[in-house]
Amino acid sequence: MQSHFLTAILKAMQLTVNGAPHSFEQNPNLSQLLETLKLTGNRLAVERNGEIVPRSQFGETVLADGDQLEIVVAVGGG
Amino acid sequence: MDELIIAGKSYASRLLIGTGKYKDFDETRRAVEESGAQIVTVAIRRTNIGQNAGEPSLLDAVPPSKYTYLPNTAGCYSADDAIRTLRLARELLDGHDLVKLEVLGDPKTLYPNVVETIKAAEILVKDGFKVMVYTSDDPIIAKQLEEIGCVAVMPLASLIGSGMGILNPWNLQIIIDNAKVPVIVDAGVGTASDAAIAMELGCDGVLMNTAIAGAGNPVLMASAMKKAVQAGREAFLAGRMPKKLYSASPSSPTSGLIGK
Repeated sequence: MQSHFLTAILKAMQLTVNGAPHSFEQNPNLSQLLETLKLTGNRLAVERNGEIVPRSQFGETVLADGDQLEIVVAVGGG
Repeated sequence: MDELIIAGKSYASRLLIGTGKYKDFDETRRAVEESGAQIVTVAIRRTNIGQNAGEPSLLDAVPPSKYTYLPNTAGCYSADDAIRTLRLARELLDGHDLVKLEVLGDPKTLYPNVVETIKAAEILVKDGFKVMVYTSDDPIIAKQLEEIGCVAVMPLASLIGSGMGILNPWNLQIIIDNAKVPVIVDAGVGTASDAAIAMELGCDGVLMNTAIAGAGNPVLMASAMKKAVQAGREAFLAGRMPKKLYSASPSSPTSGLIGK
């Protein structure tokens, strides 16, 4: 029971990325999140809780529990 | 040189094309090249999580170093969503501020919601964006969007993706006659003659996607559209002959006919 409880605590960090939930053991910064999601190197833009995060600030932007992230790219369109 | 000038920048091509609905990126690339377009529209969408890093991207097929990207707000039904999308686009494209604003009002017809469009245009212009705006063919709204500070007004010829052609040339004519910024027909062109008609009316350019991507041979249609836009533009500049109703005028001499 206790180990389950600990796991729940450790995994308590919850993010919503492009509408889907993601759990983390520790609060990652944005660069670490992109690395985990295998998105490093892609041309993309990120909005955190409705605010744009400039690419230059990805490394210093530490994410918090409950953050809502939108990660977008350019695709074909008319 | 007869160039299209948008927000102080000159373009030799008056054909703007979308990059959606192609079979693959190679077809996109070939159609864009064949069209001669210098401005291409792109959409901004959530990235696929778990996508392979090496997967081909639109940016490789149609590099932003070679073409002017025009990020759009396709699929947005409110001023807020459109503004958020374009702020993300500006960040994505390193501060690039030339954008296509479209705020839709109805998923079935994709008809623009001009009230939300005006709201969004006001905020975006204040925020430093150079806004090319998709709108209905209402001349009053078109003028208001120009007065807000939009750098181009882009009325529909008919519904997005319908290929129905130029349904109301009279409204387009009023918009063109009143405008001090470029007027670009956006949406509804189905085939080359539609693009030529738009240009003959005096439009400054034509923006299309499905007319090319939805053609049997998109690359060949891209070539046809390039020529149609050029032909229509030249006909407009040349000034067409007046229409003479009910009175023919022979092209050959009326004297010197044999047997008279």
